[in-house]
Amino acid sequence: MKIERKNKVDEEIPTSSMADVAFLLIIYFMVTSTFAATRGLDFALPEQEDNPPMIEKEESVLIEIQPGGQYVVDQQPMQLSEILDYLEPKLERNPMKPVIIRPDQSAPYGYMVDVFDELRSGAEKGVEVKNISIPTQREIEAFWY
Amino acid sequence: MDLKASERQEAVIPTASMADVAFLLIIFFLVTFQIEVDKTQVELPATGIRLEVPEESAYVSVTEAGFIRVSSGDEISYQVPSAEEVFSLASTVVSQDPSKAFVLKADRNVPYQYVDEVIDALKRAKVRNVYLLSQQETRDGAGGGAPSGAGGGT
Repeated sequence: MKIERKNKVDEEIPTSSMADVAFLLIIYFMVTSTFAATRGLDFALPEQEDNPPMIEKEESVLIEIQPGGQYVVDQQPMQLSEILDYLEPKLERNPMKPVIIRPDQSAPYGYMVDVFDELRSGAEKGVEVKNISIPTQREIEAFWY
Repeated sequence: MDLKASERQEAVIPTASMADVAFLLIIFFLVTFQIEVDKTQVELPATGIRLEVPEESAYVSVTEAGFIRVSSGDEISYQVPSAEEVFSLASTVVSQDPSKAFVLKADRNVPYQYVDEVIDALKRAKVRNVYLLSQQETRDGAGGGAPSGAGGGT
């Protein structure tokens, strides 16, 4: 008896579902990933010294930040954009003039960062502020007079 | 003349390379993937100067309500009751690696008092490098610079 040969089936690896699996993985990574902020202002803290140099209050420029976000520079109310202009002649005379930022304890943190950023960006505008300090409340109570 | 019907070709969409493309994308995601040690949701202040934070930095985050979370950079951040815990963590971290950078991720609206306590703790722990995490400042609100002004998404 002659046995009829079955239809020949082509051998192949079924890869059509591979893309589905891979795209599912991609979607998983995309959904679970978040945009992380990885940039910021560097803020070098002074190295601890046994005898920190005493700064006379009159020698420095004091930038106070009021609770409502108003800036008072050496007892004069000022806009953020005016601070560098005010500092320019003082820094020409003494480039190492200390600039002290003193935010009110209830003022939003963002205002402090704004001033700090403004002072740091002064270098691009030709007014480099080299000596910026932000004393903490404990330091103020301990050393301020 | 008898025309012979040509061999019929099956209509197929070639999908074999699809998997290659997809796997390439997966490899890209895997390579660029970084574990985020701190996922605290805060509204960051906007600054013009933004420097890249060193990898594996320690994190201290302060939310708008004043809650503090810390991470030494090796583990996921956890909440601490006060800034005093920041001091003990920072002291431990600095004793192991004196040049370790700390990232301060504080909400722009948090009263400065909370940030002040954290900075004070870091100063006492002799941390040298602190980064104030920020988002890119946009120029539409130029001149003002108030926290309510500039800023995209975090």
